[in-house]
Parts: sequence; C-alpha cells; structure tokens
Amino acid sequence: MKLIKFILVGFIFGIVLTKSEAVSWYRIYEMFQFESFHMYGIIMVAVLTGVIGIQIIKKYKLKDYSGTPIHIADKEPGTVRYLLGGIIFGLGWALVGSCPGPIFILIGAGFTSVILVLLGALLGTFLYGILKEKLPH
Amino acid sequence: MEIIYHTWSWYISGFIIGLVMLILIYFGKSFGMSSNLRTLCSMAGAGKKVSFFSFDWKSQRWNLAVVAGAMLGGFVATNYLSHPTNVAINPETIQLLQMINIEAPQGKLMPDALFSNQVFESPKAILILIIGGLLIGFGSRYAGGCTSGHAISGLSNLQLPSLKAVIGFFIGGLIMAHFILPLIV
Repeated sequence: MKLIKFILVGFIFGIVLTKSEAVSWYRIYEMFQFESFHMYGIIMVAVLTGVIGIQIIKKYKLKDYSGTPIHIADKEPGTVRYLLGGIIFGLGWALVGSCPGPIFILIGAGFTSVILVLLGALLGTFLYGILKEKLPH
Repeated sequence: MEIIYHTWSWYISGFIIGLVMLILIYFGKSFGMSSNLRTLCSMAGAGKKVSFFSFDWKSQRWNLAVVAGAMLGGFVATNYLSHPTNVAINPETIQLLQMINIEAPQGKLMPDALFSNQVFESPKAILILIIGGLLIGFGSRYAGGCTSGHAISGLSNLQLPSLKAVIGFFIGGLIMAHFILPLIV
C-alpha cells in the first residue's frame, strides 16, 4: 500500500515532536518568554538541515522516488496576508500552545480536550474560506 | 538506552524534523500540516458551500496518512517513552506560570489547568480552547501555512514570504503570551 510510507514518516514526526516536547504548551510558553534556547534550537537545526538538503537537491538536480525531477514551488509573493495571517496564527499558537501538527499528535497522545482545539481550527479554516475574498492579500 | 525516555535534545530533534521534510520532498510531496485542516473541511462537505473547499481532497490522502502516523507516534511516545524528568522547563517560567494559576509540568506535556478533562465542565476553558483553535485555523489558512509549512519548509527554501509569516507568528505569540494570556487565564 503506497500510503504506508507516509504513515511511517508521520509516525517518526509524531515521536520526535513529542519527545522533543515541541508539542508541549509549557515549551511554547517558555519559548515566548525567552527562557530557554530549546525550541529555538529545534527550529534552527531543522531549518539548517532543510537548507542544506534543498541546496543539494537544487545543485545536483535530484529526482524524487518516482524519477521526477524535484521542483519546490516558491510561495506566492505578498506581505499583508503573511503578516496578518501570521499574527492571528501566533495568537492562537501561544494561547493553546499548539499548531496543526501538534493538535493531531496531542489527540493521539490522549489529550481529549485538544479535540476542542481541532474543532475550533476547522471552524477557523472554514471561516477563512468564507471571508477569503474580502480579506487583503 | 535510558536516554530515549528523556527529553530529546534540540540538535537531534531539529535534525530529524529537517529529515522528515526532506523525506516528504523525496516522496514528491511537501511538509505542511495546516493544509490537512482544509482537507478535513472538504471531506465534511464544505466544498458544496464554499469554493475554497471544492477540490479533489483524495489527492491529499497522503498528508492525512502522515497525520494518522503522527497521532500514532504521539500515542506511543506518551504511553511508552515518557519519563518523570520530561518537560523540565526553566524554573523562572514555572514561577511565572504560578502567578497565572498554571501548575508546574511535573513531566506532563500540557497543563491540567487548561487541558484536563475537567475543562469540559468549564464554559470559559472550553471557549479558550475553541478560540485558540479558531485563531490557528484562520491564521494558518490566511498565511498559507503554519510552522511546518513556513518556519520549516519555507525558510529552508529561503522564501521571503515565509520569513514574513514567521515574523507574524512571533509578533502574535509574544502579544498573547505577555499581554493577553495573563488577563484571560
């Protein structure tokens, strides 16, 4: 089954995010208080790994597992949507100490109350879909 | 192998997370968790009302598989790899939290004050969780990504839009953590 490799990658992701405590409300709060390097270290090393990996991919024009040359799309240019959307996201991130990935991971970990966060997130996503045309991008 | 139960270091964790992103790229996909929220809305039929959600969600099954795997990972890590020394945050942070009535971690990932099953009895606690989710869902779609899509994937690809998004994430997070949270909780 071709989906198994994605479940496996997800499993690794879930484990590392939980064991590094990046899913922990406490760690997010600590991060925004600048009282530990831990979370910043995680993000910096992940980005460093990613930058090196992507530079190698581009330099050697590497192909993906199906033989297709790898092309990583650029993000759409803009400013308002990124700043405004980012700030709104950040408010939520600090309030409930989680973001989309951790929301699912925490539910899997048994934190039933996070289902309410998921519900809110689905509602928020739906709201964006409705209001999208009226928002500055 | 005791160390596997302790908090994993930032340099190992960050590296593995970077690898996760690269592996997904190797599989011809991308690393971005918030799009799953949009997929779930589509699966629930939102596409009939709102065009933003009318797309072929089945093409996103791979990402839902990643989510399923992640949930399993969370389950295994919490139930089989935990240790009482986990979540050893800065004692100064613990003091700050005490002032807003949030108890020390004592190995737990999430504070009981906001996440224990008792919150289902408190309208205020329920509201905090739902509104938090609303902000995350709305904000990530508006910004076109969350920490995985922008902070990890976008910055790794040296994308200026992602830098703007991440700056936004931090402005919002700092405002909430320093000014709003203490008033709400």
